[in-house]
Amino acid sequence: MSVPSLATGFDDPVQDGQRVFRAVLDAMSRPGRIVPLPRLPEIPAGLHASSAAVALALLDLETPVWLDEAASPAAKWLRFHCGSPLTAAAGDAAFALIADGTRLPDLDLFPIGTPDYPERGTTLLIQVAALAKGRGHRLRGPGIEHETFLDAEGLDEALWRHMAQGRDRFPLGHDVMLLSPDALACLPRSIILED
Amino acid sequence: MYVAIKGGETAIDNAHALLAEKRRGNPAVPELSLTQISEQMALAVDRVMTEGSVYDRELAALAIKQARGDLVEAIFLLRAYRTTLPRLATSEPLDTAAMAVQRRISATFKDLPGGQVLGPTFDYTHRLLDFTLAANGQDVPTPEPADEPLSADLPRVAELLNQEGLIETAEDGEDGPVGDLTREPLTFPAGRDLRLQALARGDEGYLLALGYSTQRGYGNSHPFAGEIRMGEVTVEIVPEELGFPVEIGTVTVTECEMINQFKGSKTQPPQFTRGYGLAFGEAERKAMSMALVDRALRCRELGEEATVPAQDEEFVLSHADSVEAQGFVQHLKLPHYVDFQSELVLVRALRAEAEARAEQEKGSEEKE
Amino acid sequence: MLPSPSDDQIASRRHWMSVLAKSPAARLEELWRDLAEPPAYRFLRRPEIGLTMIRARAGGTGTVFNLGEMTMTRCAVETATGHVGFGHVAGRDTRHAELAALFDALLQDPARHDEISATVLAPLTREQETRREQASRKAAATRVNFFTMAREA
Repeated sequence: MSVPSLATGFDDPVQDGQRVFRAVLDAMSRPGRIVPLPRLPEIPAGLHASSAAVALALLDLETPVWLDEAASPAAKWLRFHCGSPLTAAAGDAAFALIADGTRLPDLDLFPIGTPDYPERGTTLLIQVAALAKGRGHRLRGPGIEHETFLDAEGLDEALWRHMAQGRDRFPLGHDVMLLSPDALACLPRSIILED
Repeated sequence: MYVAIKGGETAIDNAHALLAEKRRGNPAVPELSLTQISEQMALAVDRVMTEGSVYDRELAALAIKQARGDLVEAIFLLRAYRTTLPRLATSEPLDTAAMAVQRRISATFKDLPGGQVLGPTFDYTHRLLDFTLAANGQDVPTPEPADEPLSADLPRVAELLNQEGLIETAEDGEDGPVGDLTREPLTFPAGRDLRLQALARGDEGYLLALGYSTQRGYGNSHPFAGEIRMGEVTVEIVPEELGFPVEIGTVTVTECEMINQFKGSKTQPPQFTRGYGLAFGEAERKAMSMALVDRALRCRELGEEATVPAQDEEFVLSHADSVEAQGFVQHLKLPHYVDFQSELVLVRALRAEAEARAEQEKGSEEKE
Repeated sequence: MLPSPSDDQIASRRHWMSVLAKSPAARLEELWRDLAEPPAYRFLRRPEIGLTMIRARAGGTGTVFNLGEMTMTRCAVETATGHVGFGHVAGRDTRHAELAALFDALLQDPARHDEISATVLAPLTREQETRREQASRKAAATRVNFFTMAREA
């Protein structure tokens, strides 16, 4: 009845989880800033170590997760370590884990929250090959003093358009975390992006 | 007008140090241990677990110690602590029929199968202060166990009535999601799932008073304690990674099924209806009160007219939680200097107006 | 893909997991110390304290509702022989969850099953039955026998 070996979680689930949470908080409150993840677990199949760290810090049994095909090898790991229910219905997802940033699903299928509960919008975790600052797309908005530039390799351009248009729906919308193998940068729903 | 309040920091630190000293009391008296509290103040621990909504005897005992025995404060502490823990699982519904019974009585049938089992009850004590306890309570009697254990099969009283079709059946409700007011705020009308959760967490004194009101005529419910049972039940979860149920331990609970007369309605024949109470630990008064109030709140589904306070769902449920209630009452002692300043200005102005008017009237009277 | 376990295998595993969870942690510690060959192991998931929401049914059989939470601890280990054990135990004793997971792993190991069954599972099961029976006999001593008073004609 034994199960094949799985990648382990954090060495110290509470402390490591809090450190990663702090990093996510920093990245989300300073959009476009590239924040290294202070703790990385063993790399599970299908994921970056960074996405695994964020999953361990944020997901639990009350957050249904939608996986793209590239992330599906991580299904067992996610169920084991996070206890998260996996959902095939984008409409039920609290988080979407998109391991292949070059092939985005139809992002409009994910909930954007409701006026009473704007926090019920899906958080999109999108893996990219690399993140670069100082070039690429111009970002403005809360958390950015004047403007900043962010670029991502291995990311479908459609994401930038989606976020640019999403500004009209504020305070509803999607919060996005772009995950390179060891760092993240965030595009919260408040971001102002020119097409 | 804006009045800034600063500079209380040292005073607050000193107040907390004073509180800690008061908590400890006379240092010549031995300090209470958590096991002493959980063993010897067991029912206080049970109440804190029920209303604090966390089953953990040691944590509840710690909360009681820290709160200097103030149970409502202890409940608040436990509620605050629970928010620091992740929820790892949701249990399968408890099977109270499979309870390892310590007490089980019925006020409706004396000869129920399996018998009436009194268990560790205050009933039939004379309520005389026992001064041997004051003298360190020597001579604790050792109860003589019976030769045989209780029957494993103790059918529910409701099932006995059911055989005649005289009582409503409690069908397995709709399979929909189970409401959880620790996750979603309570909205009205509330389903029975949310009502029972709110009552289980609700203040015992408040529910006791409401339950009592239904008996005194604020509600026409004619309740009988159909069955009260207390004992251990097993808690079972289905871990995501295993896919089958596993037992993680046991909890002691008290369950009360009230049986109420029901005259019938256009759609339902006259029969007995049921009210349900369930609480952690030995908490009979709480479980009984909860069952009375649960039945009163079912008026809508049974087609009864809601005329008394205990049937008013919004009133009952909005005021049941001691943590919310004490928070709102006690916030009144926090600085309201700004609010009060504006009230002062207003009252002074009104007063000046009233005096001016009186002057004027007096003046015109004198002229006449 | 591993063959899925049979119903019998699941039933016996459920039984031992229940016994391990309901036994006092101190007893598990004693039995672990007495073990002739404690296995080498690593944590797949370190002991973690959290909550379980306890559900119940109105009237015991009706509408499901959330009664309140209880503390629990879970842990997963993998022994050097590749057996994965789980501990899910009520309370906040991380060592209890770890030991329950270790014995669960050992009991799944065909090479160790009979030994652990005899030296750990059997005595724990017996102790639990005794505790339960004694509590029940004490309660049974408080059972009432009513006599109905018949009025004379």
